[in-house]
Amino acid sequence: MSTIVAPLEASVAAPSGGSFLIDDPSPEQIFTPEDFSEEQRRTGATADRFMSEEVAPVIPDYERKAPGVARGLVEKAAEIGLPAVLVPEQYDGLEMDVTTQMVVNESVGRYASFSTTYGAHAGIGTLPLVFFGTEEQKRKYLPKLVTAELLGAYCLSEPQAGSDALASLTRAELAPDGRHYLLNGQKMWISNGGWADLFTVFAKVDGEKFSAFLVERSWEGVRPGAEEHKMGIHGSSTTALYLDNVKVPVENLLGEVGRGHVIAFNVLNLGRLKLGSSCAGGAKSVIADAARYANQRKAFGRPIADFGAIRQKLADMTAKTFAGESLVYRTSGMIDARLEGFSWDAPGAAKTALKAIEEYAVECSIAKVYLSEILDFAADEAVQIHGGYGFHRDYAVERSYRDSRINRIFEGTNEINRLLITGMLLKRASQERLDLQGAIRNLMFELAGGRVARSSGGPFPVQRDMVGRAKKATLAMAGLAYRKFGARLEEQQEVAAAIADMAIETYAAESAMLRAEKASAAGRGETTGDIVTVLAQAMMCAVGGRAALIAGACAEGGELEQYSKMSAKLTRFTPANLPAARDRIAARVLAAEKYVF
Amino acid sequence: MNIFVCLKQVGARDSALRIAVDRKWVEDEDLNFEMNEPDAFALEEGLRLKEKHGGEVVAVSAGPARAASTIREALAKGADRGILIEDDRFAQADALCIARALAAAVGREAHDLVLTGLQSDDFGFGQTGVIMAELLNLPHATIVMQVQAEDGGLRVKRELEAGWFQNVSMPLPALLTIQSGINKVRYATLMGIKRARKKPLVTHTAGELGIDMAASQTVRRLYLPHKTKQTQFITGSGKEAAAALLEKLKFEARAL
Ligand SMILES: Cc1cc2nc3c(=O)[nH]c(=O)nc-3n(C[C@H](O)[C@H](O)[C@H](O)COP(=O)(O)OP(=O)(O)OC[C@H]3O[C@@H](n4cnc5c(N)ncnc54)[C@H](O)[C@@H]3O)c2cc1C
Repeated sequence: MSTIVAPLEASVAAPSGGSFLIDDPSPEQIFTPEDFSEEQRRTGATADRFMSEEVAPVIPDYERKAPGVARGLVEKAAEIGLPAVLVPEQYDGLEMDVTTQMVVNESVGRYASFSTTYGAHAGIGTLPLVFFGTEEQKRKYLPKLVTAELLGAYCLSEPQAGSDALASLTRAELAPDGRHYLLNGQKMWISNGGWADLFTVFAKVDGEKFSAFLVERSWEGVRPGAEEHKMGIHGSSTTALYLDNVKVPVENLLGEVGRGHVIAFNVLNLGRLKLGSSCAGGAKSVIADAARYANQRKAFGRPIADFGAIRQKLADMTAKTFAGESLVYRTSGMIDARLEGFSWDAPGAAKTALKAIEEYAVECSIAKVYLSEILDFAADEAVQIHGGYGFHRDYAVERSYRDSRINRIFEGTNEINRLLITGMLLKRASQERLDLQGAIRNLMFELAGGRVARSSGGPFPVQRDMVGRAKKATLAMAGLAYRKFGARLEEQQEVAAAIADMAIETYAAESAMLRAEKASAAGRGETTGDIVTVLAQAMMCAVGGRAALIAGACAEGGELEQYSKMSAKLTRFTPANLPAARDRIAARVLAAEKYVF
Repeated sequence: MNIFVCLKQVGARDSALRIAVDRKWVEDEDLNFEMNEPDAFALEEGLRLKEKHGGEVVAVSAGPARAASTIREALAKGADRGILIEDDRFAQADALCIARALAAAVGREAHDLVLTGLQSDDFGFGQTGVIMAELLNLPHATIVMQVQAEDGGLRVKRELEAGWFQNVSMPLPALLTIQSGINKVRYATLMGIKRARKKPLVTHTAGELGIDMAASQTVRRLYLPHKTKQTQFITGSGKEAAAALLEKLKFEARAL
């Protein structure tokens, strides 16, 4: 007789953030969707069922914000625990891991409007309190947020302060009695603004010290504006929030005076990774819609699914989604590995958790940018596959197309995130948390020797070599740009963004390749080889283009000659037969009429 | 009430099916596995009876090691503990063999009510429950649509043919085989999933329980049915023909 315990999660490494550019990890070290524990899978199945049975049937009502529908669904979601994943047990939460939260977000991401409602409540509306709240504040509000008795919202943006959030004009003054702050100002674009009960509001104490406050809707002077008329996510509530002499008890100051930016930026790290996973869910859903339609629509006497042009689209949508999914879970796996043995009972627990997440801030921004752009690409191609019908409201892809667009704008625009990626990499290097200088120095020696060391081995040796060289090209160009502009590199936005793009493309293709290698070592996944082929070549083309841009912008004469030769050498590849690989990928997606990898 | 719910892990309905090389069964590798559908309704019925009348719900399965995940799913939905009788051969065993194993595990403990699904989604014998009742010497009712406890016994509603039902009073302990669709199966909530970690799941090997694994029925060959087309002309007046067509659609094609 024996007792069965739940299988242990794969043991994954937690290297320093950004180190993907300089290390050469082995497949066993990374976490992949194939490594989901039974609990993570079961959680996904529960969330999927919720989306199909409770959410899908009410989408038309949701889209027109029929009264009570959104609140009703969040309450139902709360009955099965969806908003409680990351909340400590002590406050009636579930204290599960970050990957489990990503699994839930992916599932919820199938319907963007609900996903926004859910994210604004359970993510940015709840987590500031989880990480920065006092014992009292947490006891007062968290259990009610967990049950959705209270709905949350996060109020950072203002009419004149979006990307530049610190340009906030909302003011907080300590009242003469010393027991209240008086808040005055206007917040803008607040998701859940129309129905939230608890707002995390950022304001400057005495017009200077950026700080956060917990503000209840019922308080005098709190007034949400009318619903905004948006391009997409029609079902989610977005309003301004007017604050007119609102008396906020001093106990409702969140964190410390003048430290609001720490709250604002930390909450965004995880928010960006979550946005990545919900975009993965959205992309899978448009792939299914497009595959189903392609099989059923006939033109010139054949299903359009037979046409190479359509198969190419489905294959690329699938390959990129595979890369996106791989990089999201690789990242959540590293965070979870850092938090192995984490307990909310330990002293400084919130700091420990935040530090583990912040370590991967670069990867979180990559997830945000890459996946929001994939979803946009996939939704766009899904409309194209539908032809004229894709332009009609009767087809789900019309909505997906409009809904996807916002993801490139909120949680930090993709421009801001690209700049952050490069900025954070340089900062980590200067803080000696990431040895970029050493890696660049070694690379220069290697290149001066005239031969590029090849990484190879594994089931995809050609692609492994391509990924290795793409990283080297990224390092070489980052080195060149840094030599030219130094600390002012961030001001050269086109160059900084090109470095970010190189990092994004490499991280994505490498994550997909490592995942495919891991699957293949476990005797599965021979079919993902085609995806790796497609991604590696797309990566090389993108990396080569960016390298040329950087070389042209940063060097001239002999140096330019030298760098363009070097970059040509590093980004050279023998072309694969892409149409054949894409054809096989498309065949699988069309047979299953969904994303199957 | 001590309620035992018997669960089978079967290939998921949306799995791609390929006949195995030995042509005796489908390729296991291609399958995702899930709880047999009627068993999920049996589990739900068991959980509701427990909520009304108190007691314990025990999830029992005879299967290969992977079947433990189906038991844990039951624990996540609210079963109190699980028992797995483990042997790889159960994956393709006949109803008698599986019934022997389930009866051996349940028979060792005090039981008031044993619930099984009406039939399994894979072999579809519809026999496991009734054989088990016989082995445990319990009265049984099949194709059960409703269960109510009354005066120390049960009142159950059975589905008969052609839209007929039968209401039966029976004593406890008893065994019921449950029809699909009779209730709304609950979610494995995230709270339940987490709680399941701490619930006991005991494994016995078939050997430990002394189960006779001898097959009394074997699959000789598995093949895809031949598609055939048949045309029948229905004669008579329009009214007669319509009635005859309706009859055929209902009872031959079972399309209505
Ligand atoms: C539907 C919706 C829901 C939202 N929900 C919330 C919410 O719940 N809470 C909340 O606080 N906010 C929310 N927002 C606000 C959102 O976060 C901001 O819109 C976003 O940060 C961009 O700010 P902005 O609109 O002021 O654009 P701007 O900052 O004015 O940007 C305009 C353009 O300039 C670019 N740009 C700006 N600065 C730079 C720079 N330094 N270098 C290069 N390019 C730059 C931007 O990338 C963008 O392309 C929401 C917005 C929308 C539309």
